[in-house]
Amino acid sequence: MSAHEHAAAHPVHRNYVMIWAILVGLLVISVAGPFLGIRVVTLITAFGIALVKAYMVAKNFMHLDVEKPIIHWLLAIILVLMVLLFSGLAPDVMKDSGRNWKKDAGFHTLPPAAEHAVTDEHDHGAKNH
Amino acid sequence: MSAHTIATTRSAMGIPTGRLAVWWVLCSEIVIFGGILVSYIMHRLGHPEWGHQAAHTNLWIGAFNTLVLLSSSLSAVLAHQAAEQGNGPKAARLLFATIGGGATFLTVKGFEWTEEITHGMTIQSGGFWSYYYTAAGIHATHVLAGMVIMVFIAMAALKNRDLHRVELVGIYWHFVDIVWIFLFPLLYIAK
Repeated sequence: MSAHEHAAAHPVHRNYVMIWAILVGLLVISVAGPFLGIRVVTLITAFGIALVKAYMVAKNFMHLDVEKPIIHWLLAIILVLMVLLFSGLAPDVMKDSGRNWKKDAGFHTLPPAAEHAVTDEHDHGAKNH
Repeated sequence: MSAHTIATTRSAMGIPTGRLAVWWVLCSEIVIFGGILVSYIMHRLGHPEWGHQAAHTNLWIGAFNTLVLLSSSLSAVLAHQAAEQGNGPKAARLLFATIGGGATFLTVKGFEWTEEITHGMTIQSGGFWSYYYTAAGIHATHVLAGMVIMVFIAMAALKNRDLHRVELVGIYWHFVDIVWIFLFPLLYIAK
């Protein structure tokens, strides 16, 4: 299918400059949000607006709304995999204990050999200076 | 008579093969960037002290670069529109404008990183900075790759050749824009 045929198949007329202007307006709001100093407002203006901007770019610039269903399925499957990745790894990273496991006190520190290496390196550096 | 590649002429599942391939590439890109961002988010939530490191990033530089990428996405989609109208030279001019946006983005990034590195904030300065340089660095590499591909497509478009590729590189460029839309609040706003 040529570009012309594709255009004929998707006769959606969009005002791209207007869409860009809205995106810039949203950018201004996301920058202004943190200056209010309210955590919830910052989260909404930063990440909520990022989601809206991403949706607008995907829909209007990438023409995802008139794309074939197979593309929607491809993207949906990949995004679900990302959610699975997060939910599979997050407990290990963000929690210190679970039903059958517990991080010991030294979990976040370097192993002894590495610590000595860092110390030795620091000592040598100090002697050389 | 010009020779056309299979990606130009064949249509699988009602989608031109070239466009299907671009979406396929983007799915793998989602895994790359999604993996980095998901990993960053879970570590960031577990390390509130990273906020002190993130406080050193420059919000205004990040906002300016977001504006630059949004504007380059506008020129990319207008190039696609011109290609659909069969106006190759106009599409090429708009693609060169998009390349200019990418160059501006990378130049600003270069100055920003130079400033940060000379102030001692390197990739080894802490967890936040490791993610910062890795995520923004991989993203900048994608911007550069898009610019190089766009040069070839714009040169062909000048001669009204392979205009369908203007849309394909545009889809890629908009994806790179979307990645930055998420990197901006994560690295520059959340402090």
